[in-house]
This record gives sequence, structure tokens and C-alpha cells, in this order.
Amino acid sequence: MTTAYVPLDMSAVAAGADAVAAAFQIAGVTVVRNGSRGMSWAEPLVELAANGDRLAFANVAASDVPALVKQGAEHPKCLGEVSGIDFLRNQRRVIFDRAGEDDPLALPKTTVLPDCLDREPEALIGEIEAAGLRGRGGAGFPAHIKWRTVFDTPADRKYLVCNADEGDSGTFADRLLLEGDPHRLIEGMTIAGLATGATRGFVYLRSEYPIAERIFQAALDAAYADGLLGADLLGSGRTFDLELFMGAGAYICGEETSLLESLEGRRGQIRTKPPVPAIGGLFGRPTLVHNVISYASVPAIMQRGGAWYASLGVGRSTGTMPFQLAGNIARGGLVEVPFGMTIEDLVQGFGGGTRSGRPLRTVQIGGPLGAYLRPEELATPLTYEAIAGLGAGIGHGGLVVYDDSVDLAEQARYAFEFCEIESCGKCTPCRIGSVRGKETVEAIVRERAAGRPADDKLATITDLCEVMETASLCQMGGMTPIPVTSAIERFPEDFRP
Amino acid sequence: MRINVPDFGTPPAKVDRAGANGVHANGSPATVEVTIDGKRLRVAAGTSIMRAARQDGLDIPKLCATDKLDAFGSCRVCLVEIEGRRGLTASCTEPVQDGMVVRTQTEQVARVRRGVLELYISDHPLDCLTCAANGDCELQDMAGAVGLREVRYEDGANHLEAVADTSNPYFQFDPSKCIVCSRCVRACDEVQGTFALTIDGRGFESKVATSADTFFDSECVSCGACVQACPTATLIEKSVVDHGVPDRSVDTTCAYCGVGCSFRAEVKGDQVVRMVPHKDGKANHGHSCVKGRFAWGYANHRERITTPMIRATTDDPWREVDWQEAIDYAAARLKAIQARHGRKSIGGITSSRCTNEEVWAVQKMVRAAFGNNNVDTCARVCHSPTGYGLKQTFGTSAGTQNFDSVQHADVIVVIGANPTEGHPVFASHMKRRLRRNPAQGPAAKLVVCDPRKIALVRSPHVEADYHLPLKPGTNVPLMNAFAHVVVTEDLIDHEFVAERCDRESFREWCAFARDPANSPENVADILGVAADDLRAAARLYATGNADGSPSSTPVNSAIYYGLGVTEHSQGSTMVMAMANIAMATGNIGRPGVGVNPLRGQNNVQGSCDMGSFPHELSAYRPVADDAVRAQFADYWRVDLDPEPGFRIPNMLDNAVAGNFKALYVQGEDIAQSDPNTVHVEAALGAMECVIVQDLFLNETAKFAHVFLPGTSFLEKDGTFVNAERRINRVRAVMPSKAGMQEWQATQALANAMGYPMNYASAEDILAEIAALTPTFAGVTFDLLDREGSVQWPCNDSAPTGTPVMHEQAFVRGKGLFVTTDYQPTPERANRKFPLLLTTGRVLSQYNVGAQTRRTRNIEWLAEDVLEIHPADAEMRGVRDGDWVSVTSRIGEISLRATVTERVVPGVVYTTFHHPDTGTNVVTTELSDWATNCPEYKVTAVEVRPANHRSEWQEQFAVRTHSQAQALPTR
Repeated sequence: MTTAYVPLDMSAVAAGADAVAAAFQIAGVTVVRNGSRGMSWAEPLVELAANGDRLAFANVAASDVPALVKQGAEHPKCLGEVSGIDFLRNQRRVIFDRAGEDDPLALPKTTVLPDCLDREPEALIGEIEAAGLRGRGGAGFPAHIKWRTVFDTPADRKYLVCNADEGDSGTFADRLLLEGDPHRLIEGMTIAGLATGATRGFVYLRSEYPIAERIFQAALDAAYADGLLGADLLGSGRTFDLELFMGAGAYICGEETSLLESLEGRRGQIRTKPPVPAIGGLFGRPTLVHNVISYASVPAIMQRGGAWYASLGVGRSTGTMPFQLAGNIARGGLVEVPFGMTIEDLVQGFGGGTRSGRPLRTVQIGGPLGAYLRPEELATPLTYEAIAGLGAGIGHGGLVVYDDSVDLAEQARYAFEFCEIESCGKCTPCRIGSVRGKETVEAIVRERAAGRPADDKLATITDLCEVMETASLCQMGGMTPIPVTSAIERFPEDFRP
Repeated sequence: MRINVPDFGTPPAKVDRAGANGVHANGSPATVEVTIDGKRLRVAAGTSIMRAARQDGLDIPKLCATDKLDAFGSCRVCLVEIEGRRGLTASCTEPVQDGMVVRTQTEQVARVRRGVLELYISDHPLDCLTCAANGDCELQDMAGAVGLREVRYEDGANHLEAVADTSNPYFQFDPSKCIVCSRCVRACDEVQGTFALTIDGRGFESKVATSADTFFDSECVSCGACVQACPTATLIEKSVVDHGVPDRSVDTTCAYCGVGCSFRAEVKGDQVVRMVPHKDGKANHGHSCVKGRFAWGYANHRERITTPMIRATTDDPWREVDWQEAIDYAAARLKAIQARHGRKSIGGITSSRCTNEEVWAVQKMVRAAFGNNNVDTCARVCHSPTGYGLKQTFGTSAGTQNFDSVQHADVIVVIGANPTEGHPVFASHMKRRLRRNPAQGPAAKLVVCDPRKIALVRSPHVEADYHLPLKPGTNVPLMNAFAHVVVTEDLIDHEFVAERCDRESFREWCAFARDPANSPENVADILGVAADDLRAAARLYATGNADGSPSSTPVNSAIYYGLGVTEHSQGSTMVMAMANIAMATGNIGRPGVGVNPLRGQNNVQGSCDMGSFPHELSAYRPVADDAVRAQFADYWRVDLDPEPGFRIPNMLDNAVAGNFKALYVQGEDIAQSDPNTVHVEAALGAMECVIVQDLFLNETAKFAHVFLPGTSFLEKDGTFVNAERRINRVRAVMPSKAGMQEWQATQALANAMGYPMNYASAEDILAEIAALTPTFAGVTFDLLDREGSVQWPCNDSAPTGTPVMHEQAFVRGKGLFVTTDYQPTPERANRKFPLLLTTGRVLSQYNVGAQTRRTRNIEWLAEDVLEIHPADAEMRGVRDGDWVSVTSRIGEISLRATVTERVVPGVVYTTFHHPDTGTNVVTTELSDWATNCPEYKVTAVEVRPANHRSEWQEQFAVRTHSQAQALPTR
């Protein structure tokens, strides 16, 4: 009896997974729609399980199905045993260890929650502190400080918010978790609720993730049905309610204070701090805001201990990080490894270099507001500290690869344009600066085409970048200069005639 | 020259009620020490860096910050450097911390501020020299302050072609000049509470928008808070566009409703350019409504009469004369009438729109020169039951609280008042309390008792916990049901009652309240309100919880009411019923509680305080009291009649009967405002001499023989008393167009009648008021100039006034409970007149409309309309906009119908702002049993489709035409 695992994740579906699944059904094969293994380059990655074997097949089309069923391991698209695939074998999966194994809703709903119900909040927070977990949304702020602040701030009600408004281009870790192992997030948030005293949580999901919405809502319903959420968690008398909230398509709502405004039913616009959300967040109450990956890291920490978690990684960059390889890359996808691997190992080792085969010219790290790096900088280990040393940030773990056909002036222009499109418009540097920046880079490109230098305009850009970096209300405008200045400083030739 | 008003950039540090934030255990605000530009400052914890600096005279540049609004942090001009902190920090959103070291001027700060201004100016028209805000523009100031010398960005995307919206009669919106600071949006939200504005679009496309295509068609109530908040010429008064920036200002008080907003009248020469609500105004805290801010143009209206006029009969044309001739003529006629018909055949009416000093002069003239007590005031027809009811129970004829008290209320009960229309600035104050940020504690609960679904029932961010849509005329059983719940469920504050109230009357009241006849279940049908809602609302008032369970912290419950309480045949009963319940639950004598009348006109309280009633001298002391009367007689050197005089209805009845022959009416239009118009007209027509003093030839003046021109509030000098007993200064902004102040005319008439009056100024009159009125004993112009305003009682024991009354004990000693039997009004819906008409007013108009109809406010209400429920309309074949006839047993009028669910079935509603409507032609002669306050709020009527004006309206048109012909041609 053969079972075909056909991923339901959005990238697989975009590559024809639904038709593949249908073809298996027609062929009389039992189909399970599992989450993605994160091997985006191989999607639809079909796995055939029979007699204890589990064979993987890359880039399966519906038309391949009859031959594939017949030939099995002999089929040219066969990658062999799933567990033997280097791309997966060389990872250290702590968060994504179950994703892709089975129907996401069939994965265990709980692993460590019953134990956590017996532990004091301080013990739970202490575990997070021992783990050295830092926020995976981009800022890398120590999680335990937020947890303790929410716990310590007196209030009639406290909230948890999960930021699943994954808007950085080239990133998809949140989506893969929500689609592939939603109970991991629910359990992580429930534990965070127990630790901080928050009794109600919201997952703010971007509207562009309809499959994640469907899977996660089904997971929530199942968790409620099993008493894992609601008024009396597993009969403990403790309460934690969790609700899914769909965003409306604004990148800026990935910024935590805009997200809170949006969640309260208002225009998604930056709030000033203070107060920080941990003191006065959602509806003015203490609110723990983390992204999906931070919360999803919690169950493993609780299960195996903070010290174990801290043993992974390097220095103050502890634990694992799901990096996401995208752009012009041979093997794009999700790679969860401990901090400390070099960019080179990730991009070349896992990613296999450029997809075009042309020389790699730059990697943008940390999303659309991240820095463009030179090839010689790729030897840098992926830790918060080392990457900061480059004037860059790990952000949400996205790496976008470009070959030598890239025009960095165009990328700088695009950075401003991205800011222009996505700015909430509240603060002046971002609202107007993004437009003027784009226009000025366009002028530079025009001068370049005409064979004229544009030093005065580059000086204006430098001044504008200082204004945006120091004066913007949030990181949207504040970080837009990073891709711009990294492009200008590291690739000055692209800005000259 | 620029009128500079200090702006600290952000509001004072907030102290939350729990005291958790920035407060020592002893209640005093905690302070911290901060060093700004090398100077050590000690300021309240929670103060922004910007405010801390500005309080010390150090102006940090700013654009989006202003101290009326919460810090927003969007413009990024106010950045400063904080020692030990990376980058720069916005000084508006950052609170000071102990030991913080701030530098407001560094090279980087200067560079970045210039860079931000460079961005602003890259999308701003460079037409400063011809801009209406030239010299009064914060963007211009900031460009100068940061030293912006060059804009390096080439012509790019911009908003310079955006089209101006000039739909509002008073201000324009020019988005090409907008810097998207959101001050207008925030002012609409935070100050006004209407939420009419928003930012539409995002990023560079962000723009200020309403829900409609124009401001005029949107929810905007034209309060002007946005205009005041705007730092550029984007939102600007059309009067400033027309006349330029004002160069001097005069502090004065609005002459519309009883809120009594303080204003800076900003002037160029004698020309008022704009009215700006005064930030230090203790009633309004820098806010205003469309009337106060914008509707002052009537003062210069072409119909204004500025020359005295006389005529022998009302059929004769008017003859313009000088003051002397007019006064002599009036005195001669009055004296002749007294000689023929006796001393008591003449009288006078004072006005709630005039100053205390003007009112004082009139009542004194009546008592001293006319020799009788035939003086009454227009409060007769609005709040006389308040005076009576609160005097009986508490001992003072006035509201118990200041307006700010509402910020301490946990439960607010609004009865028969529509604050968003009638008292808009107080409504905004109240709404702030009703939508408080949860971080500062829970918002107040709200109960609305009104036959109509008024805006407070549900509007943005405000929703009543209970709306009790009672039938008109059933206030008393409503309050009796509250009393029943409080007594039978023992929600009484026994300690308060035992200590503060009269025991015997309390016992009687309890027995009365306990009567099952008063139970919610029993009165539900009378009211048309579910018994459960009545119980819940009563419990909420008494305990703060709808289930009647006790609250862990003390609960403040406050009652606010208006003419929907007083203008009934049981108006006084209802006032006492509310007083009873407030005493029984201990909701008297501290901030956050009380029984609070919302007064209709600017000086209702003052005109009553001044002794305008026929039975009372100032401060509500009986004229029949020999000791009191002797005090006045000595001071005035005249014998005073011990017998109370005629109330207005008595004057009118006696005029019809031929016993009352002459009337001096100052600033009131009884022919339009008083009920049963045909009767009023008959009375006026029967008089031999009617003297009207007013700005315009009003309806009453059509029956007059002498017309004395009056002054607008912009020409007056004196004082008004608002609904919270606050004595405010009124100062002349421009010279009197009539050549005389009202008190001067009154004084001249008194002299001509043979009683000498010799005041040299309004200040002289106030001195006499203070000498003869215990509650005003300490009030002088000097004190008011110093304090801004004070609330009476103001005397040796309360030298700066009394915000909250009855704090230690009731003024009358022990609070008196009065049983309040329900006596239904005989005016009831019946087969012939199946609907109940109730009347009121709208935001844009004021009273008889004499002022507001002569401004562009008319664009919001060109005619009075009848609100009717769709079911009632359907039954009668009435469609929205149809012409309908409204008939009562008294009379008939025609007007247009508006079909709306704002009224419940069985109730129709209209206003009385337009004289040609003749709303009071249908209202009846019924009135309050104690004070004769007319029952405007209940008239049984029938409504039918109509195709013609009513008979009265036809006559009115003829009279209006002939009286216009009688005016001298100009």
C-alpha cells in the first residue's frame, strides 16, 4: 500500500501540486497533503511511502505520476530516501523538525504543554532566559525581557500577539510553519501565555496567505476541541484563548505598533513609543509581541531545556534560525541551522550558487531593507553580532542572491520605491523622503546614461539617508537607507558613468 | 504683528485615577530632574521633553505637536539628542526621566531638522508672500528656525495641483498646502470627538479626507477645532483669507449657550477677524462649536437697527429719533399709563442673553422706578423649575458641579438633554470621558433618557449602555422607578443620608418610593420602556453595575439634564425627583457626581441670580422678606413693594384682560419663543406701550411702540454666568453700534421716569451687585481679570469661588427629600391628536434664531422641519420632504417632514428657530405647576399632508410685509 505525500504549501501548489495530488488519486494512490519540507527548488516534492521506505521525487508534474508510480526509485526524478537528502540532512531542525512529515493537522497537537501547566511563570521565563532566545522578527531583542515585562506589569488583562504578517520579499518561514506545523505555534503561544499571564492571543496573518489561513484556523478549532485552548486548559483551570486575525495587505502592519493599531480596528499606522507594547500594547494592555518563529521556538526550549538550546549557535546568537534562500539561486528554500554558519556555506553549500550559473555579485540579507553584501563578505558567520559588524542585519533570515547582471543603482532605486509604496505616511522622512530618494536615484541613473557624474546628487542621497535613518518614526523609513548606502558604498561603480 | 499664544507642544503629564502613574502615595505629583541644554529643571514625571523645555522658555522646533493634542511624533522636527542614547529622539513623545541629559541643539540635530524641512518644502507651494497664513504659519516659522536655505530636490511628485474645498461657509481646506501632520484629524478625534476626518491613502498618497466629497457634506460639525489646530494655511478661516492676519486680541465670553466658552476675539482695527476659543477658558479649555467660533457675523448684519425709533401705534411707520427723544417718549407713555391704570399696570422682562449688569439695571428700574415687582425673565420658560426644585431640596437654585467634574464621573445619566446639539462643547468634554483610553482606567458608563435617539445614544466611540426612550411627559414615573429600585433593593448610601439629609423627609420618601405603583414593572407601560432596562439603569446609577452589585471602588454617578426635564407640567417635580435620587445614593458634594442643569442661554443662571423673578431679589431671596427688602430699599433709597409681581404668563393674561398695559422687553422675543403664539400676540396687541430693546426688529417688535437698539456681545462690557455658576467677563471688542450700552439706556429711562440711577460703568453696577448679593460678595472686575473666571459663591470664605457645591453640608442645612407623585399632564395623545409633538433645537441654530439665522449657519437649517417616524409617516401618506400640516387643539402650522427613526413611533419633533414656521402656534398654555414653565415638550397633534401654509402663517406673512414697510427706508 503506497501513500503519496503531496505538499499543500503555497509554493508547491503554485508549481502544480494540486494537479499532482489529483493524478495520484486517479492512479488509486492514497494521497496525504503534507506541509512543505522547505525544498522550494524541488517543489512539488512528492514523497512515496511504502513498506517503510519514503522516497522523494523532485519537481513532479501531474504527467509524471503514472511513470512515477510504476518506476518508483527508478524514476529519474527520484532523490532517494527523504532522510538521505543532503539539503535536509545537513540542517539542524528544531522548529521545523516535524514540518512536512504528515498532514499538518495530523501532527501531535502538544508535546510539552502538560508539563508547562505545572510550572511557575518565573520558571518558564527563566527557561527562555537560559535559552538566550532572541526575537526572530528582525530586531533580535532578548525575548525573556519582554516576557518578564509583560508578567511584571500590573493590568486587568494581558495579551499575546503573534506577528505573522510576513512581508519581506524572499521570506517564507512563517508561512511554511503555519502551513506545515500549526500546532507548534499554538503550543508555543499557549506556553507564553502561561508564562506572562496573558489570557488572550491573536495571530495577525497577512491576507496573502490563504492556505495558511485555512490550515491554521482548522488547527485552532482542533485545539479548542481537545481542550488545548480556551477556559480550562487540559483541566488545569488556566485560560488561554487564541484567535486568527487576517491583515489587509499592508507591509507596514508587520511593524509591531502598526500591527496593534490594525488589530484594534484602526488604520495601520505607527504608534510612538513609549510605551513599549510590553507595557501598553493592544488596547493599552501589556502585550507580548513576537513573530511566528520566536513563538515556535518555545516548545523545544521547554522540552529540552534552555541550556540545551543555548548550546546551539554561537555566543549570544543561540539556537537555530530558519534561513530562507531566494532570488537567483539554484536551490532556494528554507534551511534551519544553528547560528554561526557562514553565508557562503548557506548560499553555495545549501543553495548551490546562482541559478543562472553566472558569477554571484551580491546577496541582500535581511529582507528588502537589508544590506547588499559583496562576495568577499560572504565568509561572515551568520550571527547577530557578526552581521551587525557588516552594517547589516539578519532580519527575518531572508537571503536574496543576485548574479553579475544586477544593477545596484536600480536596486537602490527600488529600495526607495519599496519604501514609497509601503510607507504608512505618518512620518515625514519616510513619506516624502522615499519619493525624493527614488527620484534622485533616477536622476543619477539618467546622468550615468548621459555619461555625466552625479556627485551632488549622491551627496543629497547621503544627507537624505541620514535624515531617514535618524529621524524616521519606525524601521521602515529608518532602514531604507541600508540597502541604498550598502549599494552605493560597496558598488560605487554602478552609480558612475 | 503676530498674536502669540504659548503652546507647550504636549498636554501636561497625565495623572491616572488609580494614582499609579506619576503620583506619590501622598497624592502630589512626582517630579524628576532633567538637564536640558545644561540647565537643570525639575518637572512633573511623565512630562515630555518638549514640554519641559518649553515651560522653561526653550522652544524646541515642532510641527505636529500642539498642547491641545496628545503627542503624535510624526513630523520629526523636534528631535533632540539624549546622552547615552543612540541616534536622535523625538522630544514630544519622550517623557523626561530622572537624570536625563538632553541637548536640543547639536550639529547633527540641526542638520537632520534642516533635512526634514527640506523634504516638507519640496512638496509645498512657495507662495508665502501671497498666502493667507503669511506671518501666522508654523511651517514658515520652522523653515526659518532651522535655517533652511535650499531645496535640492528637483521637480518631482507633489500635491501642488490639489484642489481646494471651499464648501464650508466659514473655512476652506486647501490640500496643496497640507503637510499631513494629522493635527486636524487628531483635533476632530480628541478635542471634538466627532471623528469626521481621517487620513486617506498611505505613504505619499496620504491625505486628509472626510467620508464625503466635501467637508460640508460630511459628518463635520464645523466646530473649527481642525482649523485652529492647522499649522499652515491648509485649513483656514475664510475671514482670515478675506481680511488678513489679526493684530490684537480681546478676551471675552461667547454669548450663545450656557456653556459660556471663553474666547480670544482676534481683531484688526474694529474688524473681528476670527474668534479663537481660549485655552485658559475654564469652561471650554480651548474648544468651541460652530456658533461660538463662526456665527458672530450677525453683529454686522444689514438688518441690524442702530438708531432708536418710535411710533404712536403699531400701524404707523417707525420714526428714527435720537436717544433722548426715544427715552423721553417712552417715559412719558409709561408714566401716563401708570397714571391712568395704576402703578402695577406696567412691567419689564430681562434677558438671559444680556450681562448681569444689564439685567440688574432692568430689574432695579422695574422695582425702583416703576414701583412694582412686575419683572420676569426668559428663564421662566426654560429653567425656572431647576431654580425651584434645587432650592427646595439642596437650598441653592443652581447646578452642583463644574464642567470638569464630568471627568471624574463613572456613570453619566443624561435626561432630556441633547448636549451634542445644545451644549456641544460640554458634549465633547463628556465624550472624552465616555471613550477614555483603557490605559487610564475604564470609560464612564452612560444612560440616556430621551424620547429621541440622540447622537449620544450611538456615535463614533460612544454608545449608551442604556437608552430609555420614554414617552414625552413621563419623566416623573421614570425617576420614581429609579427611586423604587434604589429603595427596595437597598442601594442607598445610608451613611450619607444619615449624616447629610433630613431624616423625616427621607423616611417619607422611602415609603413613597416603595409603593409598588412606582415599580419599573408597573410604570413600564406608562413610559414605553422595558422594566428590565429601567432596573438595570437605576442599579447602574446607584452602584456602577447594571446588576446592582457593589463596586470595589467608590463610584461617582452624575445626572446631566436639560429642558426635556423642566419644560413639563411636572418640571419642578422631576427636578426634585432627581435631587432625591442623588441624595439617596450619596451622589452629591464631590467631583464626579451631582445634579447638573445644562442651561440653554449664555446668562440664564446670571439673569436669575440677579433677581429677575417677580418674587425674588438677587440670590433668590424673597421680595416679601422684610429684612432682605429693607437692605435693598436702603441701598437704593426707595420704597419697595413687598408684594410679588407678575410672571410673564400673568403679564400676558392680564394684558388680554385689560389690566396690564405696558412692557419693556430687553433682548427677548416672546412673540416667537413663548408658547401659544396667538395668545401672546393678542396680549401684545392689547398693550398701550411696548418697548423693545434688541439688535433686530424681532417678532415682538412688530407689536412695539418704542424700539431701542441693543448691543451685541462684541460691544458689551460686563459679566455672564454660565451653567456651572461660572462668572465670566465679557469685554467690548468693538464700539457700540447703537451708541449706548443697554444699561445706559435702562438708566436713562429710569432717570426719565423719576428714579435717579448714576452708574458710570458696568463695573459700578457689579460693585452694587456684590454689595447686595451674598453669593457675589467677592466678585470684582479685578478678580475676574486675575482669575479668568470664578464660580459663585465667591465671598470671604471662598475667595476664588466654589467649583463643587454642598461639599460639607447642603446650603439649606439638611438635604430635603420631597415625594414626587406622578400627575400625568392633561395633554395626552387622543383620537383626534394621536401624536405627541416635542420641540428642541439643533446645533447650527440658537433659540429663536435671531442671531444664527443672520449668519451663514442658515446653510445647515434653512427651515424648521418635522421629524416623524417612518411608521407614522407611512400611515399618513407622508413622504420625506413632503409639506405637512401639524394641528394641535390650539393652532395649526405647516412645514416639511423628515422621515427618520431618530424619533420613536407616536412622537414627532421640530425646532422653533424660524419665525415663519410658528412652532409655538401649536404649543399649549399648560405649564409647570410650581413655576409656570411652559410645557413645550408635550403637545398632542395630528399630522397630515398639506399643500398650503396655515392660516396663521398667511397672517404672519402679511404682518411681516407690512412691518417691513413701516421701517424707515435706508
